[in-house]
Amino acid sequence: MNALAARRRHPAAIAVLLLIGLFLMGAAYSAVAPRPAEAGVVSQDDVSEGKQLFQANCASCHGLNAEGRKTGSGDAIAGPTLAGVGAAAVDFQMSTGRMPMRAPTAQAPRSDTIKFSEEDIAKISAYVASLAPGPAIPSEEMVDPTKGDPAKGGELFRVNCAMCHNSSGAGGALTRGKYAPSLMDVAPKDIYMAMETGPQSMPVFNDTNLDSTAKRDIIAFLKSVEEGGNPGGLSLGRLGPVTEGMFAWIFGLGLLVGIAVWLGKKAA
Amino acid sequence: MSTSARPADALRADDKPTQTPPSAAARKIGGVAGWVDDRTGAGKAVGYLMKKVFPDHWSFMLGEIAMYSMIIALISGAFLTLWFVPSMGHTVYEGSYVPLRGVHMSEAYASTLHISFDVRGGLIIRQIHHWAALMFIVAIVVHMFRVFFTGAFRKPREINWVIGSVLALLAIVEGFSGYSLPDDLLSGTGIRAMQGFVQTAPVIGSYLVYGIFGGPFPGEAIIPRLYSAHILLLPAVLIGLFTAHIVLVALQKHTQFPGPGRTNDNVVGFPVMPVYAAKAGGFFFIVFGVISLMAALVTINAVWAYGPYDPSPVTAGSQPDWYMGFADGALRLLPGWLEFTLAGFTFSMNIMPGALILLPLVYIVVGVYPFVERWVTGDNREHHLLDRPRNAPTRTAIGMAGISMYSVLMFAAANDIIAIKLHMSINDITHVLRAAFFILPIIVFWCTKRICLSLQRADRNLALHQRESGTIIRTPDGSFFERHDELTADERWILVQHEPVAPIEITDGVDENGVAKPASRGDKLRAKLSHFYFKDAVNPVTPAELAAAHHDGHGHEAIEAADEDDSAQLGSAVPSRDH
Repeated sequence: MNALAARRRHPAAIAVLLLIGLFLMGAAYSAVAPRPAEAGVVSQDDVSEGKQLFQANCASCHGLNAEGRKTGSGDAIAGPTLAGVGAAAVDFQMSTGRMPMRAPTAQAPRSDTIKFSEEDIAKISAYVASLAPGPAIPSEEMVDPTKGDPAKGGELFRVNCAMCHNSSGAGGALTRGKYAPSLMDVAPKDIYMAMETGPQSMPVFNDTNLDSTAKRDIIAFLKSVEEGGNPGGLSLGRLGPVTEGMFAWIFGLGLLVGIAVWLGKKAA
Repeated sequence: MSTSARPADALRADDKPTQTPPSAAARKIGGVAGWVDDRTGAGKAVGYLMKKVFPDHWSFMLGEIAMYSMIIALISGAFLTLWFVPSMGHTVYEGSYVPLRGVHMSEAYASTLHISFDVRGGLIIRQIHHWAALMFIVAIVVHMFRVFFTGAFRKPREINWVIGSVLALLAIVEGFSGYSLPDDLLSGTGIRAMQGFVQTAPVIGSYLVYGIFGGPFPGEAIIPRLYSAHILLLPAVLIGLFTAHIVLVALQKHTQFPGPGRTNDNVVGFPVMPVYAAKAGGFFFIVFGVISLMAALVTINAVWAYGPYDPSPVTAGSQPDWYMGFADGALRLLPGWLEFTLAGFTFSMNIMPGALILLPLVYIVVGVYPFVERWVTGDNREHHLLDRPRNAPTRTAIGMAGISMYSVLMFAAANDIIAIKLHMSINDITHVLRAAFFILPIIVFWCTKRICLSLQRADRNLALHQRESGTIIRTPDGSFFERHDELTADERWILVQHEPVAPIEITDGVDENGVAKPASRGDKLRAKLSHFYFKDAVNPVTPAELAAAHHDGHGHEAIEAADEDDSAQLGSAVPSRDH
């Protein structure tokens, strides 16, 4: 004990104490943290519970029976009808944090704060799917990137997706504040469902356009881009010549002018 | 009989052996240098260059950055030619970059991938080459800024300014041809855009395209053709003009900033040997180091991410390299309704002004400026002393207005990136930039000019009042004044050395026979422009004004009245009180 007391004024003592404190805090939290409930199989109960959840949380824009609503000013709609969008659309919009929409902006942004549990999302999906037939949520195997061909997916991606999402999936601008979001760090299932349901400004790529193998190839390509890293060093956002030019002007020129000033000041 | 041997060609005993005197140069330099000089006569020229004096200022090194970047691009480019295949022939990629394995592509793209992933050190050399190209043109532009804003383009250096403008134009053409070579999706889109631009030439556009591409787009000829332009034709012209540029600098002497002891007839600085040989030589390695650092740490033109070119897809965020951005931006700002048809021909005025006219126009305007300014000012003297930018307010303001126009166009080329990164509407950005193209230059011109004039007034103030010390002195009779510290002669010289200017007055005159001789239209225009340049000129403090300001030994408030009117009434300025 004496040895410990003697070291209590050591410069590293505070850092060590902090680390211990943080570790204990983290361990305690993980012991008592609430766990997400496991999603089960869809039943008739789920549909009716889903309807209740829908009416409580979604109906203000989409209507009490998901028939869609107008805002009342002109032809602007508060929310479209959801008959026929399928479980996939609901799952995509809600599990990426886009719905419920936070504000009537040009486009619902992806968000890390997901408002509903997986279980609740499954119930609402079941309710919406019961309204009319629509695309279902894909199976694990359909979205498994290891089963796809990234080279083929790359070609499909460049022809079908790159004009909005950028050839490396970094995203791009659309008109009037709308945009094609970045596709990096998106779950394979969500990529698949986006293609299938065409959320926001995106067109629908149904199975006659891109069959499920093609969709899986595209997922494989996007994951290979993510995993491939940046062989050339920092990527500058993968945005191409704009950020490269900025880097040349700011960093390259800044550094060289700084050195020139220093050399100019040095006596001969 | 002496035993000393007599040389065979010495007829008499006292004949001196003939001896070839060493050449003048060998006597002076000797050794290897002398050996070379005996055979080439280079000693005189080299000696002249080694003793050449250059002035010292950091901004004089901006041109050096351009020169070194060009050399670095040349060296790294030579390395790339060892592997690059300038062919649009078809191949299937089987290299080590997995996401593209088995994809059909051109040999040019496949060889670029090969350089990037399978040639040892290939990727870093490729990135050095591309970063060096960007830095080359960045440095050219800022070097031009320096020359422009300090008036270094004035007589006798107009020709060198024109050569520099041509160099700047050729540099971006060289850059574009290199950008187009890898035949990835981005560069192919660039070539496709170029094809569209050429097509907008009225009447002859489509014939020109068939000529350039050797048939319909894309054909198989464009990459080999761009390649020979990129590695042979353009570098040869660039290096030729660059040599002329440098030789002219050496012949005309380097300009220098005004300062004590510096006149129009001397150069105050250090000789090339040993000072600048060391400084400039060292700076080459610094530039090489910085560019290598950039290449080692930061990706440029990730060709593997774009995929091979195919005329059907296009990628979001397709932009040219920054130096072509202003032309691309002009295209994005031009409204579509400018296109019309006349006599069966389409006139694409929504594209042509930005695509075909703007590029040469910018460099023509730049190249012509020295001649316009000389005509307006009527100044035919030689200038070896630089202007401080504030002492030429109108020129500085014109330059800044031009830069603002160029920048608006350049930022317009990035409107989609700005939209997604700053969460703005691309339509709003485009509308704002359209307005800014016309409004911003006026605002920038006015602000710059006012700032320059204010700085000049501040200089006058400083020269007349000297430096405010912040020390308040109370006199025995109870009044207060602030003590002003004296400037050194060197400090004052910089504030007062420049020449006073005034607008040219042109009036309708009378010739020698008493017949009315109205001023010609050209003269009137010149008078107007001269008025525009100099009507509100703030002229430097004259010795008489300085004497008037200092005659009481304190001069702390002598000039207050005079300041209100810059120069005219200074002579009559009377100190309010004596101490």
